[in-house]
Amino acid sequence: MEFPLLSMNRKYFLRLDWVTLGIYLILSVMGLVNLYAASYSEGVDVLQLDQTFGKQLFFVLISILIIIGVQIIGSKLFERFSSIFYLTILLALLGLYVFGHTVSGATSWYSLGGFSFQPSEIAKVITALALSKHLSDFSTNINRFRDQLTAFILILLPAFIILPQPDPGSALVFFSFFFVLHAEGLSSRYLLSVVGAVILFILTLLLQPNDIIIGVITLAFVFFLFSRKNKKPVIQFLIVSGVTLVIIGYIFSVNYIFEHIFEQRHRDRINIVIGKEYDPQGIGYNINQSQIAIGSGGVWGKGFLEGTQTQGDFVPEKQTDYIFTIVAEEWGFVGSFVVIALFITLMLRIMYVSQRQKNSFSRIYCYCVVCLLFTHFSVNLGMVLGIFPTIGIPLPFFSYGGSSILGFGLLLAIYFKLDGNRINEW
Amino acid sequence: MRKILLPIIIIVVGLMFTFRLLFLQVISSNFQDLSLKNSVLKEYIYPQRGLIFDRNNKLLVTNQPAYDVMVVPESVKEMDTLSFCQLLHINQNDFKNKLAKAKQYSKRLPSVFVAQVSKQDYAYLQEKMWRFPGFFIQKRIIRKYQTQGAANILGYISEVNNADIKKDRYYKSGELIGRQGIEKTYEKILRGKKGVKYLQRDKFNRIIGSYKDNAYDTIPLNAKNIQLTLDIELQEYGMSLLTNKRGGIVAIEPNTGEILMNVSLPTYNPEFLVGRKRSKNFNQLQQDTLNRPLFDRGLQGQYPPGSPFKLLNALVALQEKSITEQTGYTCNYGHFYARNQFMRCHCEPGSFNTLNRGIYNSCNTYFAHVYRKTIDQFENPKIGMNIWSNHIKSFGLGNYLGYDHPIGQKGFIPNADYYDYWYPNQMWRGSTSISNAIGQGEILATPIQLANVAAAIANRGHYFTPHFIKSIDNDRIPLKFSAPKLTSIDSIHFEPIIQGMSDVVTKGTARIARINGIEVCGKTGTVENFTLIDEERTQLTDHSIFIAFAPRENPVIAVVVFVENGYWGSRWAAPIASLVIEKYITKEVRRPYLEKRMKNGSLLEEYAKPLSGIPFTINE
Repeated sequence: MEFPLLSMNRKYFLRLDWVTLGIYLILSVMGLVNLYAASYSEGVDVLQLDQTFGKQLFFVLISILIIIGVQIIGSKLFERFSSIFYLTILLALLGLYVFGHTVSGATSWYSLGGFSFQPSEIAKVITALALSKHLSDFSTNINRFRDQLTAFILILLPAFIILPQPDPGSALVFFSFFFVLHAEGLSSRYLLSVVGAVILFILTLLLQPNDIIIGVITLAFVFFLFSRKNKKPVIQFLIVSGVTLVIIGYIFSVNYIFEHIFEQRHRDRINIVIGKEYDPQGIGYNINQSQIAIGSGGVWGKGFLEGTQTQGDFVPEKQTDYIFTIVAEEWGFVGSFVVIALFITLMLRIMYVSQRQKNSFSRIYCYCVVCLLFTHFSVNLGMVLGIFPTIGIPLPFFSYGGSSILGFGLLLAIYFKLDGNRINEW
Repeated sequence: MRKILLPIIIIVVGLMFTFRLLFLQVISSNFQDLSLKNSVLKEYIYPQRGLIFDRNNKLLVTNQPAYDVMVVPESVKEMDTLSFCQLLHINQNDFKNKLAKAKQYSKRLPSVFVAQVSKQDYAYLQEKMWRFPGFFIQKRIIRKYQTQGAANILGYISEVNNADIKKDRYYKSGELIGRQGIEKTYEKILRGKKGVKYLQRDKFNRIIGSYKDNAYDTIPLNAKNIQLTLDIELQEYGMSLLTNKRGGIVAIEPNTGEILMNVSLPTYNPEFLVGRKRSKNFNQLQQDTLNRPLFDRGLQGQYPPGSPFKLLNALVALQEKSITEQTGYTCNYGHFYARNQFMRCHCEPGSFNTLNRGIYNSCNTYFAHVYRKTIDQFENPKIGMNIWSNHIKSFGLGNYLGYDHPIGQKGFIPNADYYDYWYPNQMWRGSTSISNAIGQGEILATPIQLANVAAAIANRGHYFTPHFIKSIDNDRIPLKFSAPKLTSIDSIHFEPIIQGMSDVVTKGTARIARINGIEVCGKTGTVENFTLIDEERTQLTDHSIFIAFAPRENPVIAVVVFVENGYWGSRWAAPIASLVIEKYITKEVRRPYLEKRMKNGSLLEEYAKPLSGIPFTINE
């Protein structure tokens, strides 16, 4: 009998990125331990497949099988078929509008038998593949308009299909691919514009629109006076005033969107985080309760299954988006720090590994992996710790949810395969 | 620069999170556990428990206020004790004892003096309370029922005990928890989440105001209303038909698995388990070992299914190709299935029964042959027995069905291991377990399992896990209830069985169940049963049973009726099932004579027989 794993090149085994694999396994076990604590009060036989913990364990095991399976099949497959995968997942996302299953307001699930499946989790992985394929093509030049447009469409198409489901958290993740474009040579102006837009957005909400507009005009005037006059003053003036007008238009539209298009719940969430409102009884309940739970953990934590705030059911969504409160309450500052350190190490490690790739497809894919992990990690923890607005997004390897666990399993599985094959790919 | 931008951001964000955690967990005292502070009292505010509606949006369960008279012993002054006692319907001695007990707990803290005074008493008391310093009235919420008909389904709530508190830290002493039935299954949805109010206390533990201007208080959240699949009108109608009889009626909507009714008699009024007399009444119900009102016959009663089980044996035989529709056997008031072993039947001598006649005449001989042939057609009866057993189990028999009610029984379907244990050395074959052919012998099933079988036949081979939940406010019901479960019988084999069931009603054993304009498919059962009297196995009058669904095409209801010791299936069970079907489909009953006969019929004499201590006759 022949085992494909054993018959595989022994050197492939040695080349495998064991550091990343090790961190992945440690985080997965930590995730299971904390999910066990989060679902502890629910039932007696937690290993049943219809129990929260049993389901999660099942999916973690499936992810490990996926990782093993992907190592056996050919590594060229993902590059070659990425466009087909991409079209398929777009269809799956569109299909949600017809066949989708609604869970707590969002139509993001297909339900099959006793399980439900969220295609947007897989869409992240496939978009990473499609983008890597596009950017690594030798004929692609990221500073040529046509190729930029293709890249933007690849990223934004799934995001805009997902956004109205409504699932702003998943849609947000796709925007992080702009970091990849930037790293691959996209002009910094794009990234600066995005960052500037976010800062102006927050300022608009914090201050009166008129004050900001006066500020912007003053700045533009100063800029005009002190800028180098290597163009004709008239043209320079037209450019500066044009940009200023666009910015003013943006400020007005942000104000309009916030007041008229956003729903009250979105406004409330943002207002609470930027400190305009303080309302711990109503909408701030989640944030306030999660911070009490985190704070009560102290330095060393209260111990496994001993968290009074989380076990007492005061923290909402403690199995999904807010699972970090369990870590913080039961394992304290020490435990939380270990988890954060592991995530940072994992991301920096993959960053480092991306530099040793011989082919650009693998390198860009590695970069995409880091971007995906980073967005989930930062948006989720930012929300739980009360730094960012409440946006529903899972913490990788920790939050309850089969699609998320499988999505990240697949993401890393392909990463291991591409990295393991770096020697054969000159 | 481009390559190191992201790593720099990653490290900056990591540091930011670490400092934030350091601030929250180590430096700031604002977020330390408020509950640990002696000076802060945590008071809980409870959301109103969710309401329960039936499938037609009729309100079944709601809430009502109850009033406890509380006392703070320290503040009790001289007063008119006599009139106070009269108002509360207690005597002077009670008053002294209760006050002493309260003092023992605490002089400064309030404790319950008299729990749950009636609404009338409350009206009087409220006006005169000012005359009794140290006493005050505290309001709390208890359940109120708009129906008397579904106590076995709805269940009840009661105060948490130490085991509950240990199991789920949400609960604190004195709180209420769904203890049984729907109240238990959907506890988390119905109860919502309590809110917290932090109050500042002084050194005597007296409350002196809110803590930090209510900054950390939370409002109670999310008690959701639920809608059941139950049709309460049908449920109450079923109860009236079973008056003075013991048994159950279970009805399921075949194409959804929704349970339309689950009647179990004798039962109790749900109001019994609410209010001051709760524990007294509960003991009384629990100690009634003759009527067993707390025993849900529909979900927990394990009976031999009798003749309706023949339908399953026929399906298995068709699937395993041991018979065809044309296969026939002769019956002469029964037949010898082994040397000197005779099985009786009611068929005239010389009757020749094929599958169709076998079903509608309920011929024991026919099904004994079919069963033996199915089991013995393999080289080894073990194989046949296990194949048979697995087919039967695919209908949900022999195991918990997985419905959303906390009580139930598995029933029993034997397999080869079972007979190997009782007949070691391979000394058994099909004829050994011949009673299984007619649904007697080792087989046990609960009425809801049989209703599920009826639904599976009505659906031609699949069923949905039966359930009581229809919808939850702003939430979804468990996915498993919308996933069809396939039986291991091909749907092509169901049509001849259904034809037979239709003939049962038009020209067979249950002509009484015929309804004008609705094609009813059914099967009667008359089930032998035994009890122990003075440690001697004594046969009692047969159980009357009927399983049915209607209409034949696109069925909307599958029903099982079980009447203990009612004798022929066609005497009680078939007419009751027929009335239930008519009521559900046409909303009115056009056979008042039949309805009256069922409502007035009583089997109390029958139930008294085995208790009388004198010899008696059965099956009259």
